[in-house]
Amino acid sequence: MTALSDLLALLPFMTPERAQIVIDSFWPMLKAGIYYSIPLALISFAIGMIIALGVALIRIVPRASLWHRVIYRLARIYVSAIRGTPMLVQLFIIFYGLPSIGVKLDPFPSATIAFSLNIGAYASETVRAAILSIPKGQWEAGATVGLSYLQTFRHVILPQALRVSVPPLSNTFISLVKDTSLASLVLVTELFKQAQIITARNYEFMLVYTEAAVIYWCICLFLTFIQGRVEMRLDRYVAR
Amino acid sequence: MIQISNIQKAFGDNRVLKGIDLTIQKGSVVVILGPSGSGKTTFLRCLNALEVPDNGVIAFDDGSLTVDFGAHPSKKSLIALQRKSGMVFQSYNLFPHKTAAENLMLGPMIAQKKSKAQSHEQALQLLAKVGLKDKADLYPFQLSGGQQQRIGIARALAIEPELLLFDEPTSALDPELVQDVLATMKQLASEGWTMVVVTHEISFARDVADHVVLIEDGVVVEEGSAEQLFERSTHPRTRAFLQRILQ
Repeated sequence: MTALSDLLALLPFMTPERAQIVIDSFWPMLKAGIYYSIPLALISFAIGMIIALGVALIRIVPRASLWHRVIYRLARIYVSAIRGTPMLVQLFIIFYGLPSIGVKLDPFPSATIAFSLNIGAYASETVRAAILSIPKGQWEAGATVGLSYLQTFRHVILPQALRVSVPPLSNTFISLVKDTSLASLVLVTELFKQAQIITARNYEFMLVYTEAAVIYWCICLFLTFIQGRVEMRLDRYVAR
Repeated sequence: MIQISNIQKAFGDNRVLKGIDLTIQKGSVVVILGPSGSGKTTFLRCLNALEVPDNGVIAFDDGSLTVDFGAHPSKKSLIALQRKSGMVFQSYNLFPHKTAAENLMLGPMIAQKKSKAQSHEQALQLLAKVGLKDKADLYPFQLSGGQQQRIGIARALAIEPELLLFDEPTSALDPELVQDVLATMKQLASEGWTMVVVTHEISFARDVADHVVLIEDGVVVEEGSAEQLFERSTHPRTRAFLQRILQ
């Protein structure tokens, strides 16, 4: 450890004391990232994708019944409302607003709900576009081998659509990882909240916030690497 | 025998089919000819409800199914009609994310609830039949157009239909690959499959067809044996069409 702090002390702006602060604050911030930021992102993304698939399907299936048209309208209003309002405001409504009408949620669930609703709205558009990009002939081929609409969707259309939507959805996910820093404002002790707690003690804003940024960056680099692997696996049936 | 009568279909104001009648004998090969835009593909697609006609009746004379399109047929009867026939598309429409064998297995496994082992064995048999047994584990993009189309034919056979429909099966192929596909189709014809083929391949019609139908502007201009249409027709529109296509 002394070798590392000696090395850091050689950098501009650094002193031995500052080097020690960097080293001491690294683990608490990384821990906050692993315990709160990443799970918050993963859980919200998983729930958000389920919402997105549902909404995309509702918007694509031919609207036959009145009942269906009502749900279709609601899905459109949902997407429009979420995309048209700031995520921070949504977070504040859920965490600070809902208690005044009797719904009291802890910080982590509040953040999970807000982020899931956001991912659901944005990803539904991505998934919808991907589904629409699959040629009509694939739906027809599914029908002619005897599959129902939902069977064709599940076995023929969706696997192809997901492949198309991996790059944009990875983008959404990486954005989400960074947006989890907003959860610090509703008292989730995630990575950035931890950075704020540390700077409140030592006033080393430049140092600690930059360190937090580097940790976010490393997490995102890792996620980009995973994205590359997933794309490679899904592209095995495509000519290159 | 399948009795088709008075099939009508319009897309908006465009009346594509103006009342087409056709009788398909069991085990016969019916070839439908006609200029592009004549409605022949739309007619073929009506036979398995990819397009739902506005009017007309399709009746299977074994009494198994009668669909009257004028009387708002139920979704169930349209699905029953769809299950009667296997379709071979001009652009193959293979499932690109599935191997050749998996393309054949999807219908039997999901729609007919057959076991994976049973479907796989059947798929290998059918691939052998179209001469592609060694390609079972390849994806469509690894195959030539002719090979893809033969897999398309095998996929249509896999659901064990009563009737095979071909929508210009060789139109998207390079000339040197056309013969492979036609040979497979001739083989099926000789095995007694009931086939309806929309094509521009006059030689196939001449050699294989039991019955040839010429459609123009959404109506049947003339029908009969290949010899009757190609050699002895006196109908001016038939003569004009043949002259255009044989040039």
